[in-house]
Amino acid sequence: MARAVTNQRKMINTGAAWIIGLLIFFPILWTILTSFKSEAQAIADPPIFLFFDWTTENYSTVMERSNYGRFLWNSIFIAGGSTILGIIIAVPAAWSMAFVPSKRTKDILLWMLSTKMLPAVGVLYPIYLLFIQFGLLDNVYGLTFVLMLINLPIIVWMLYTYFREIPGEILEAARMDGATLRDEILYVLTPMAIPGIASTLLLNFILAWNEAFWTLNLTAAKAAPLTAFIASYSSPEGLFYAKLSAASTMAIAPILILGWFSQKQLVRGLTFGAVK
Amino acid sequence: MYLRTALCAASALALTAGAAMAQSTLTIATVNNGDMIRMQGYTGDFTEKTGIAVEWVTLEENVLRSRVTTDITTKGGQFDIMTIGMYETPIWGANGWLVPLDDLSAEYDVDDILPAMAGGLSHEGTLYAAPFYGESSMIMYRTDLMEKAGMEMPDAPTWQFVREAAAAMTDRDADINGICLRGKAGWGEGGAFITAMSNSFGARWFDMEWNAQFDTEAWANTLNFYKGMMDESGPAGYATNGFNENLSLFNQGKCGMWIDATVAASFVTGGDSTVADSVGFALAPDTGLGKRSNWLWAWALAVPAGTQQEAEAKQFIEWATSKEYIALVAENEGWANVPPGARTSLYENPEYQKVPFAQKTLDSILSADPTDSTVEPSPYVGIQFAAIPEFAGIATEVSQEFSAAYAGQQSIEDALAKAQAITNEAMEAAGYR
Repeated sequence: MARAVTNQRKMINTGAAWIIGLLIFFPILWTILTSFKSEAQAIADPPIFLFFDWTTENYSTVMERSNYGRFLWNSIFIAGGSTILGIIIAVPAAWSMAFVPSKRTKDILLWMLSTKMLPAVGVLYPIYLLFIQFGLLDNVYGLTFVLMLINLPIIVWMLYTYFREIPGEILEAARMDGATLRDEILYVLTPMAIPGIASTLLLNFILAWNEAFWTLNLTAAKAAPLTAFIASYSSPEGLFYAKLSAASTMAIAPILILGWFSQKQLVRGLTFGAVK
Repeated sequence: MYLRTALCAASALALTAGAAMAQSTLTIATVNNGDMIRMQGYTGDFTEKTGIAVEWVTLEENVLRSRVTTDITTKGGQFDIMTIGMYETPIWGANGWLVPLDDLSAEYDVDDILPAMAGGLSHEGTLYAAPFYGESSMIMYRTDLMEKAGMEMPDAPTWQFVREAAAAMTDRDADINGICLRGKAGWGEGGAFITAMSNSFGARWFDMEWNAQFDTEAWANTLNFYKGMMDESGPAGYATNGFNENLSLFNQGKCGMWIDATVAASFVTGGDSTVADSVGFALAPDTGLGKRSNWLWAWALAVPAGTQQEAEAKQFIEWATSKEYIALVAENEGWANVPPGARTSLYENPEYQKVPFAQKTLDSILSADPTDSTVEPSPYVGIQFAAIPEFAGIATEVSQEFSAAYAGQQSIEDALAKAQAITNEAMEAAGYR
């Protein structure tokens, strides 16, 4: 009897999870479907779900009009570069906070996080002027640096949380065996925190990929990533929803594929230490 | 032998690279709309003629505004040409942020630019941006529904007629709304519409001492008339409808009338419209006070001061806004697709006169005067805006209050009282009062 109840509950939970999952995924599904419609079908009322004349014309138009490859490469470079750079800086920072905390460690962590509460537009002009000064406008390196700075608090926080789950005694044992600080971080701590580091990498890659304020404001033609690519298809005067959907699908496709193949790692990392 | 071949190859590569680097490249910030996208397709023609390459940065209108404003105020130098409108041009020109276009070639025929457009894109008589296309606003209506309602649209109707016709055409069971108008918050969306409409009701934003005028009867009449008519005959949720939402409704046959930008005429008569064969045009309405409710706008190309490629940028502007470019588009895509509203000669062209909306577009543009837009005197230039730097911020807030009133979240009296306070406060802070 007890087993039957458990199975029933499992079924309800699974069903609820599917419904929630589909609800969350629906806007993406709708965008993908719209990208295969004509502009007239895209605005049809009542909306057409599946039974329409499927066309790939929007994709042809987008490919013809825009240099998708360049936008894609810029996105990969900026998101990848800022994430890796952030990890390199954050691992030692999180190590020191997790294993040799001072009286002010908690305050520093909170202060770091508080920088995320500042509206980005508030520092647009100072950063823009600095970028002019250093010749970094429309430059992938400049943008990589800025996105690294923006995501650094989150990277440090995530790594700090994961590192706290690792018993300090293991590091002490390594030290007793003669490991230097570098060896301790590289060969003991990092391999043990791989799931956490991987999920931090993935999450921050996604955040950097989707970042639209700085990527739109600090780029023009050369360094513009996929967020600028999407913005070029949005228009308040003209119905280009099908083309916009095609551009959006092309922009999110790489990250969707990456997320799909790394979902196990992502879930494992995000729930790391959640259940003891 | 190998060394000589390698050296020859290296020299050839270096020369090629040098030649490629010698070719200048213009970076142009532009807005995403049909005419601008079409121009991007013809860029090859310009490059072929001049050897100058072009890189496009296409952005959504609001993003573009913010992007180019940041760049020009900080002298960022990211763009050689910027697409800007009638609101920015005189302000930026006065600040010395734009290169004057006072030395365009004789072949360009600057005098052919429609006077209303040239006036709106100038400061103290100097042209600072060349219009790529211009627009006013007018009534687009369903001739079949008008006939069914037993009414006939005059060439220049009054608001009272429009309201009566809207009520007569409304058929809620058939999902037909007599009239579709912008109500969405935003100075360039519902804010632009209601400001242009208010001109015809005798309202104005400021008196000659820059005092806000929302406490006047003229403004109350404007908003009460708008809301009354839209509640009777407008679509559900009109408070959040902008250009695209209304275009979508009209193209699906759900609007009897739509008063909006003249550029929409080619959309409602184009392939994506289900009612393309039964669309008529008329001038924007008035109330008999001497001002109509049509606006004037142009998307224009300007050269930011400080660009390293001023001569090349001017060359591009001459090409893109020339009579030859119009002919190029007409030859390849037909006269209905040429950029309208910029040149007098276009409207003298017999081929263009055959386009159904050409004459009404011209009449609408010619009847709009940004330097004399209100019944009572006002200190500002502009029809659907006041060309002062503070306007965009103030009008965005004011239009949010108006939209809240349309949606029934507050009374019209409250919305106007808030608009009065917001505007006076901002003008005082800016030192006008």
